[in-house]
Amino acid sequence: MSWISNTFSSSIGRKIVMAATGLFLCSFLVVHLVGNLQLFKNDGGLAFNAYSEFMSHNTIIRILEIGLVAGFGLHIFEGLLLASKNKAARGSSYVSNHIEQNSPWHSRNMAVLGSLVLFFLIVHLYNFFGTLRFGEPLKDAQGNENAYALVVDAFHNIFYVALYVLAQFALLYHLLHGFQSAFQTLGLNHRKYTPLIKLVGVVFSVVVCAGFAAMPIYFYFFK
Amino acid sequence: MFPESKIPEGPLAEKWDKHKFNVKLVNPANKRKYDVIVVGTGLAGGAAAASLAELGYNVKAFTFHDSPRRAHSIAAQGGINAAKNYQNDGDSVFRLFYDTIKGGDYRAREANVYRLAQVSVNIIDQCVAQGVPFAREYGGLLANRSFGGAQVSRTFYARGQTGQQLLLGAYSALSRQIAYGKVKMYTRSEMLDLVVVDGQARGIITRNLITGEIEQHAAHAVVLATGGYGNVFYLSTNAMYCNATAAWRAHKRGAYFANPCFTQIHPTCIPVSGDYQSKLTLMSESLRNDGRVWVPKTVEMAERVRKGEIKPQDIAEDDRDYFLERKYPAFGNLVPRDVASRNAKQMCDEGRGVGSTGLAVYLDFADIIKRTGAEAVSQKYGNLFAMYEKITDEDPYKQPMRIYPAVHYTMGGLWVDYNLQTTVPGLYATGECNFSDHGANRLGASALMQGLADGYFVIPYTIGDYLASTPPKPVTTEHPAFKQAEADVRGRIGKLMSINGTRTPDDFHKHLGHLMWEYCGMARNAEGLKHAKAEIQKLRKEFWSDLKLSGTDGELNQALEKAGRVADFLELGELMVDDALDRNESCGGHFREEYATEDGEAKRNDDEYAYVAAWQYVADNQPEILNKEQLTFENVKLTQRSYK
Amino acid sequence: MNLTLKVWRQKNRNTEGKIVDYQVKDISPEMSFLEMLDVLNEDLLRQGDEPVAFDHDCREGICGSCNLFINGRAHGPESGTTTCQLHMRKFSDGDTIVIEPWRANAFPVNKDLSVDRSAFDRIIQAGGYVSVNTGGTPDGNEIPIPKEIADRAFEAATCIGCGACVASCKNASAMLFVSAKVSQLALLPQGHVERKTRVENMVAQMDKEGFGACTNIGSCAAECPVGISLENIAILNREFLAAKATSNNLV
Repeated sequence: MSWISNTFSSSIGRKIVMAATGLFLCSFLVVHLVGNLQLFKNDGGLAFNAYSEFMSHNTIIRILEIGLVAGFGLHIFEGLLLASKNKAARGSSYVSNHIEQNSPWHSRNMAVLGSLVLFFLIVHLYNFFGTLRFGEPLKDAQGNENAYALVVDAFHNIFYVALYVLAQFALLYHLLHGFQSAFQTLGLNHRKYTPLIKLVGVVFSVVVCAGFAAMPIYFYFFK
Repeated sequence: MFPESKIPEGPLAEKWDKHKFNVKLVNPANKRKYDVIVVGTGLAGGAAAASLAELGYNVKAFTFHDSPRRAHSIAAQGGINAAKNYQNDGDSVFRLFYDTIKGGDYRAREANVYRLAQVSVNIIDQCVAQGVPFAREYGGLLANRSFGGAQVSRTFYARGQTGQQLLLGAYSALSRQIAYGKVKMYTRSEMLDLVVVDGQARGIITRNLITGEIEQHAAHAVVLATGGYGNVFYLSTNAMYCNATAAWRAHKRGAYFANPCFTQIHPTCIPVSGDYQSKLTLMSESLRNDGRVWVPKTVEMAERVRKGEIKPQDIAEDDRDYFLERKYPAFGNLVPRDVASRNAKQMCDEGRGVGSTGLAVYLDFADIIKRTGAEAVSQKYGNLFAMYEKITDEDPYKQPMRIYPAVHYTMGGLWVDYNLQTTVPGLYATGECNFSDHGANRLGASALMQGLADGYFVIPYTIGDYLASTPPKPVTTEHPAFKQAEADVRGRIGKLMSINGTRTPDDFHKHLGHLMWEYCGMARNAEGLKHAKAEIQKLRKEFWSDLKLSGTDGELNQALEKAGRVADFLELGELMVDDALDRNESCGGHFREEYATEDGEAKRNDDEYAYVAAWQYVADNQPEILNKEQLTFENVKLTQRSYK
Repeated sequence: MNLTLKVWRQKNRNTEGKIVDYQVKDISPEMSFLEMLDVLNEDLLRQGDEPVAFDHDCREGICGSCNLFINGRAHGPESGTTTCQLHMRKFSDGDTIVIEPWRANAFPVNKDLSVDRSAFDRIIQAGGYVSVNTGGTPDGNEIPIPKEIADRAFEAATCIGCGACVASCKNASAMLFVSAKVSQLALLPQGHVERKTRVENMVAQMDKEGFGACTNIGSCAAECPVGISLENIAILNREFLAAKATSNNLV
């Protein structure tokens, strides 16, 4: 079965893994955002807590979670590996290089942006996931774990709010390149559809990141 | 005694087929026992190396470029002729043959040219099969366009980059054989001498341009595909590295050099803009399909244009002289290259030239743009227009192009027989390197045709004839001739490095080029040629006593490479002058002012000069011996060319 | 005009290089960039110094030999242009111009500004051809090819193999070069027979040569002197994926 390992260890194979996991993670972002929109429901967090309870205890979701972890893991591992291989391919660097004249900054700095998002992810997991899964969270009126209280608590810390908002900028730029780039890597480039894909990519990136950034801001200022 | 041209007996149309049957074959099992060296990997060399390897021979291919894909064949723009008659406009093998013989002003061999026309159709098939993306019609069939010197549409093309696409086709075939191990490719290796063992070509001496190492290579036969010598003129449309060294070294080892004075001056080049100019850029001849050539009617008007007082697009129709259309109503702007060039020169000599130097005529696209729109014109010539604008900073969509003739191609070259074998047995010459098919003037879109014909379809047959009579025993570099040749090469390089004078190789080259262009260029006369001969001899002496080089010969040293090439140009230049002096007639690209008709057209002298002048080297600084191969014409009637 | 040149000088592959400053005077705006370097080299040679080695040949923008990294850009500041077609009118009197060779592990420096691009040849040798021998091919009009397909194949085929894509790519990736050949032959019916093995072998060779992976930045297409489109890279990816999924090669 060496053809499988050969395929996925080739430069294009690795990129295909990046693209596929990237798009998968995009789908996760959508689910995550849609679910979290319940934070805005003015019910003291009951709906959000019910949703949170479901997500953390449903067997199917727990199985899917393994896939999500694998997706993140692969995306991060391949990303860092490619970044280091690509850096090595250059060899000595130019004395004068005006690469900014032929390509946008964020497309060249996906590894940096991705690392920022990763850092955020670790803090984010520690804040919520860790406490909910491994700590002893309080219960709400319906007996569900009170994730809502954790959110309110965290988002009254200005440092967390700042970190969360900044992280969304990193994610925004990561997605602005990553979304359309994934389609290109999967070979989906067509003069009819590519402009559409690019447009959807921009709208997607902005909506998702704005949606996530709205939460800490909303809680810090209005709750 | 002059070696035979080995033209097969029989009717013209049957010669090649009969010959293919009559040549000896090498048993398939024996082919791998023969080594063939191919020098140069452009269209002719690349095609030959690939085809010979496919047959089973072991090929060693050499190029001084970093890759076979860089050969100057790549720069051919307009197209490639083939007698396919896809357009149903009356083309045929005979017509292509006839046009080529006539276009060459009856100084080419009938049999060779007929064979060229015959195999032209196979070339197109071959290239299409290789994935060469020729231009196509909406129905999916191959498109054609017309070209100078022909009244049928038989030129296949790939926008303005036909040479590139054909070369990449040959390069891909060659790459495949390299991958199979049948071709051993030596890049950045320059051939500096031919090794002749017991009268037969048995190898070459090369210099590795990166390390400076001198290497010996042995083989059963050597094929030269090293291009033309247009860079004798310093300024030409040839690439900077194009040179005559391989052919000239072979000449000095016994290969006759034929018709060296037959050089083609291409009419549509971007004019010279200053002394620093390193090369000239061709604007494809295909532009003359739609562009109209003109100058102002009066000297006064031309003067105002030169001073910038009036713009060409503001000159009224009545004040323009479309001189080609006026003088040659039948062919108009599509007259052959030599005629178009000479007329442009004539206009400038009359004082009606344009541009700041007065050495240019207009090539105007206003009519076609008005008729079909800029978009359609861009489809056809977009890349050429863009190139013109890049170089001149003028927009040809808005104002006419300025063009002037420049050295483009050399019809002369190593003398070869019908088998493309030179006078040294086992040494072959193909493509522009030989003299064989274009006579005194080459028609547009015929260089690509000849290079590929020689490489794909002629040499694979004819070389077998020679190899079959050579025992399939390994050849080595043991023979003292290899040591001697290597010592000669080292001696020359050592001498060049040790002169330590004051003038650079480029400086000498420019000087030589100036002499050649002035006295052996578009128009020549006995007095000027004699003057040039003396000047070249003087310059050569100076070269060997005042050359300046730096660095060492054990590394990449581009000035040293150049010096070696200039040294050979300085010898070849003199031979060109000798040849031009000998040929007391005007024909094709060779225009002797003393021999012109009343209205200034070239006047041939078929009774005395219907021969190939094949020059034989004797010794340094001694006159070469002229051997004459009489040309016989059994299938065409010699007429004064008329394109009126 | 008068200019200050900062030129990369390197004796050979195995030595370190450095930037050396030179002054050139009385440069005409009509000169090409390489003619300006000719002026420098003539001066150096006359002084007994070694001229700057650089690759060039046709000076018409088609052979792909010239390869200078000028002021931080492959082939200099003008887009869609090879170094030889860059003219000095794009610079101004008093300018400082930094001139470097292409930099990529797969393109070692021969000397000064001349690099070894034989990796490109080896990629083509891995499969950038249609395996037909000379002779015995069908008539050129046997297989009609839609004009649009022929035109697109032609556009991909115009790659001059200069290596600007590799030089300008942050990852020193050769994907644009490889994709141009793969899509040319994938588009044409003549190339269909071998399309699977071709893309597998060419990509394997590309990786072996040490080029980086494509991250779809687009510098390559932006700097390509002949405008090879990024669409070709998508075609290459698609061809690769399809070949790996369906070919019978167990590699």
